[in-house]
Formats: sequence, structure tokens, C-alpha cells
Amino acid sequence: MHPAASTVTASGSGLDRIAAVFAAARASGHRVLAPFVTAGDPDVETSVAVIEAADRAGASLCELGVPYSDPIADGPVIQASYTRALGAGLTLEDVFVVASEAASRVRMPLLAMASYAIIFRRGVVRFVADARAAGLAGLVVPDLPLEEADELDAACREAGLALVRLVTPTTPPARAEAIARASTGFLYCVSVAGVTGARSELPDGLAERVRWLATKTTVPILVGFGIAAPDQVRAVGAVADGAIVGSALVRRVADAIGQPREALLDSVGRFVGDLAAATR
Amino acid sequence: MTDVSIAPRTFDAPRMHGPDGDRPTVSMVPDSLGRFGRFGGRYVPETLSAALDQLEQAYAEASADPAFAAEVDRLLATFVGRATPLHFAERLTRRSGGAQIWLKREDLSHTGAHKINNTIGQALLAIRMGKRRIIAETGAGQHGVATATACSLFGLECVVYMGAEDVRRQAPNVRAMRLMGAEVRPVESGSRTLRDAINEAMRDWMGSVETTHYIIGSVVGPHPFPRIVRDFQSVIGRETIDQCRARFGRLPDTVVACVGGGSNAAGMFFPFVDHVAVRLVGVEAGGRSAAAGQHAASLSHGSPGVLHGSLSYVLQDRDGQTSDVHSVSAGLDYPGVGPEHAYWRDLGRVEYTSVTDAEALDAFDLVARNEGILPALETSHALSWAVAEASRRPAAEIMVVCLSGRGDKDAAEIARLRGLPPDAATT
Repeated sequence: MHPAASTVTASGSGLDRIAAVFAAARASGHRVLAPFVTAGDPDVETSVAVIEAADRAGASLCELGVPYSDPIADGPVIQASYTRALGAGLTLEDVFVVASEAASRVRMPLLAMASYAIIFRRGVVRFVADARAAGLAGLVVPDLPLEEADELDAACREAGLALVRLVTPTTPPARAEAIARASTGFLYCVSVAGVTGARSELPDGLAERVRWLATKTTVPILVGFGIAAPDQVRAVGAVADGAIVGSALVRRVADAIGQPREALLDSVGRFVGDLAAATR
Repeated sequence: MTDVSIAPRTFDAPRMHGPDGDRPTVSMVPDSLGRFGRFGGRYVPETLSAALDQLEQAYAEASADPAFAAEVDRLLATFVGRATPLHFAERLTRRSGGAQIWLKREDLSHTGAHKINNTIGQALLAIRMGKRRIIAETGAGQHGVATATACSLFGLECVVYMGAEDVRRQAPNVRAMRLMGAEVRPVESGSRTLRDAINEAMRDWMGSVETTHYIIGSVVGPHPFPRIVRDFQSVIGRETIDQCRARFGRLPDTVVACVGGGSNAAGMFFPFVDHVAVRLVGVEAGGRSAAAGQHAASLSHGSPGVLHGSLSYVLQDRDGQTSDVHSVSAGLDYPGVGPEHAYWRDLGRVEYTSVTDAEALDAFDLVARNEGILPALETSHALSWAVAEASRRPAAEIMVVCLSGRGDKDAAEIARLRGLPPDAATT
């Protein structure tokens, strides 16, 4: 069962709801599993159902991918999911519909993973207001480095939303400290230098880096990029507060296109269930 | 917009000059965060931050090192063949019946376009940073060829990403790259053109950044690329100023260049921007029409947005998704533009206009038959506007057009567009 089911509610600020997830996990000695789901892939209703299936299967947080035409941080699997969603006519309004529909049906907080191109176009303040109204608990902006983030950071703080920052293997120590201090909600530790995509092994030095980062920040640390299997989730859980699984799940959605929705949701549920079991 | 930022002293390029001494001028950009007014900046994944910092540092050190400038100048002279001539287009001028049309002959550079000014400089920077693998994107293939050339010259590994559509329409350049030992990787995603090639080059760089330098080919991308490319290309404008002073005893009245990402225009315009009496005109790709998706005129029809790491004018939909664009010219077929052009546009310092596919093709024919020069289709956009405008200006005026590249690469595509066999470019 969901470890935080009894304590997480939809009320409170986004930051509070995310903090409650980690508090509950720590209280029960579990790690956090955060699946990534592309909004609108393959369509709005199915992506909401995928989020529900992941929630039922034991996920604790959800990253909602906002499709973008030129995602330079993403590998072929997530890029293809964005292309599918946009090709089917998905708009940003539809993304917020996915968020609000899902937020009303699941216990886990949702964070939007969005390119700054999308946020800038809408206007920083308006995007944050829309995100909050849609029930999102925070934002992850993979192409917004520390130096460019002040305006969005202020808007998120005002709205009580998390602005999750990313640290990568190429980030020098002093910079990593500054990023870790700035991050709210949790810190996203990118496991490898490269784009998103499933990999079979965890890189050398990851455990050491996560342990060092943990001494530099008070927020929890999740590890993402390349995590695709329960073994990896378990290994990450030995040092971090949890794992983010993206491409491996998006691929399951892609593989099930054309099949009945029940088969897709069953596949997602079993996959997330196996991963979630590795957090306990 | 009146936000004129002052670049920090330590990052000034050695030969950057303005006529107003220490007063803030149009040329005193970018600031330390790579801002040209509100444009520019660095919107990239954190994985690339350290490499961009390293590049900024290496460029600052190189700029302060007289030996670096001397090496660049030596290679530009003996390898590239600079200075390129300023040539009087006598028959074009007579036909126009107005202002004198002078051509800055970048097409006479080694590899046939201005692109090599930048690749020589950036390859030397890569070597200073200890990086022996080079990646690049290319649209028309001119930047790809110039990168492959620099890599052959210096013994560097070279991978060039090129949209599959462009691989088809610029086949001669693909052959040239491969002959010089570069690996050309066709990009099948998206519109299969320059924009997608940049995406793939960025993705390669995400995973290879510690051993690889990305030689971006235009004044686009995250800070410090727009500034570095502009500085290396500014040799075009500096030479033009010297040549005009020697030939006419004064600066030209009008300077014209085509604008896709905007590197030849930035290199031509930058030394002129503080000389406010000189009219500067950038010519974008008007494509088939002004309808969305039918052109690539970002400054004429776009809006501020983030693309490929910087804030500039972008052709995009209401959600910020990049629009599909069209130009007959692969080198201008790009939905964004360098942030300094966006800055100059909003300041009103440079005028930006556009020319259609058909007008550019007409200018190609006109110049081919009257001046003994096959201009690149990119350049043909600038020539089209220049010829039309010259006819409206008095004969005492001097107009300089940046003849950014040669058009041999376009001959087969022009034949195809006219329904002719590839070996018959015209009838």
C-alpha cells in the first residue's frame, strides 16, 4: 500500500504536500518513487489514467512532462512522447487539464517538468498561477540554470510551489552547493552526464556524490536519469531519498499504443508496483 | 528598449572598439551574464553549465593573449585568404541606376563562405581547452564544411549533425565534409533541417561535454557563443571599414547582409553599430509568403522566446512551441535568430526586412549573369534587397553587400526547383 496514504492530503501548499510525502516515507523507513508521465501521451484521458495507475501502484510523487517541440535535455524516448502528444494537437491548456484532473483523483503531489521556453512564453507569473490553480505542487525546469532562475524562484515562493533544481556530474562542487541551497521541495540529482534515457547500470561515484550533497542541503534528494529497474531503485535508495523513473515508463506507454487501455494501465501498474516494492 | 549594458572590461575582445571612448555604446554588449539588453542569456541544462563557464574563461584568456590573436590572424591570412576583396559590382550598379553596389567577397574565403572565420577561432579555443573532439550542426553545409576543414587542419575528430532534408539539398557540401574526414550524421527528427541538427548536436554535447567542444556556427545558442561567434566574424566588418576608408575616404552609406541565425550579418554589422550614420539592413528569408510556416523571418514576424539556449525572437505558437519554417535556402531555414540581432532590432539600430524565395532566385540569376559570381541562395536574399534599394538611392551613395558565400552548392537544388535535370541549373 501507499506509505503516505494516511498523511498526505490535497490541502496545503505545494511545498507542504511534498514535504509531507518525504516525512511520511522517512517515518516508515521507505524511499520515494517518482515516476515521470508525459502529459497527453497518447491522449489526455489516457495520461490521466496512467498517473492514477502509478499512484495506485505505490508511487509517491509524479513528474508531469510538459511536451515541448525542442527538448534538448531529453533522449529519444521522451522526445518521441512529446512529438506524439503535440502531433495529436495537445495545447498547454490541455496539460493543465491533465494536471487538475489527475490532482483531483490521486494522493501523490504532481510537479510539472517544463522547458523554460514554455514558461517564458506564458509569462512567469501567469504560468505559476496556472500551475497552482491546476493543483500542481511544484516545477522542474531542466533548461533553467541558477543564474537565470530568480524571477521564477520568486514567483514559486510566492505561490508556495517547489522549484526543484538539478545537480549533474559535471557541476563543480561550489556550484553544486549553491544549487542545493537554492532547491526547494527536493533536489534532483542527475545520475549521468547526458540526456534522459534508461541505462542498465548506475554510474561510479554516484553514491559518494549523493552523500556529499546531503551534507549541503536540508531538502531531500531524488536521483534520476537512467533509472529503469527495481535493482537500480534499491541501489539509489541506499543513499538517496528516492528515485525518478522517466524513459522506462514512457516506453511502456509507447509500447502499449494501439492496445486496449486496460492492457496499458495493467502494464504501467505492474511496472510501477515492482519499482515501488524496491523502495520498501 | 533603452537597456544598454556595459560589458566588463576583462571580457573585452582585444580589437573591440567604439568611437565614443568609455561611454556606453551600442557595441558594449553582452554583459557578464551574456545579456544583449533583455536578450541572450543561458537557458541550458545544468550538465552544460560548467563547459560554458570553461569556454567563457578560455575565451577571456585567449582574448588577453596576443599570441592567440596573432595565430588567428596568421591563419586567416595564409589559410583562409583574407583580407577578402571589396569588389565594385559595375553592371549591377548600372542596371540599378542608383547607388554604387560594392560586394564584400566572403565567397572568396577558403571553403567559399564566411563560416571559416569562426571555425578557425573556435578550433583554436578547443585546443586551448584540451578538447580533441569537435561537433557541429550545419544547415546549408557551409558551417559543416568549414568545421571539417578546421578539424582536418588541426587534426581534430569531427562529427557534423545535418538535417536529412539538408543532406539531400546540399549534397556537394556533404561530400566535401566526408572527404576531409568528418562524420556527417543525418538528423531524421522534426523538420529534418537546421533546428533539428542543433537539437541533436546539443544532445551529443550533453553526453560528451568533458571531452568535446561544440563549434556552434552562428551567433545563436547560450552565452558565450553569440559573443564569441560575433567577435570571430567581426573581421568582415573591420576589413570593410578599412577598405572603405582607403577607397572612398569615408564609411559606406548602407551595409546589407542576409540573416538566418545571423553570423555574417553580425560580423559585418558589429564594427559599424557605433557609427550611427551608417544604415544597416538585415534581410531575412520571406519564403513563399508571410503566412505562418511559409517563411523563416524571425525578426519580422516572431516574438520574444527561448530557443536553443538563448532569449531572442522566435517563430513560435501561442504556447511557445517552435513553429515549422520554410526557406528555399537551407542556411536561412531557421525559426530563431541571434540575440544581438534582437537587441539591435529593438534599439532600432538595424533595420530588418525580408525577401521571398522567388525574389532571391531572381537575384541569383541576375548576379550570375551580370557579375560573373554564383552567390549562395542565402546571400541572394541580401542581393535582392540591395539591387532594388540601390535603384532608389542617389549615385553618390555607397552600398556594401556582404557576399557571404558562393552558390555552387545550390546549383543542383535550383535545377530541381525549376524541374530541370541536376546538371542543368538554368535554361
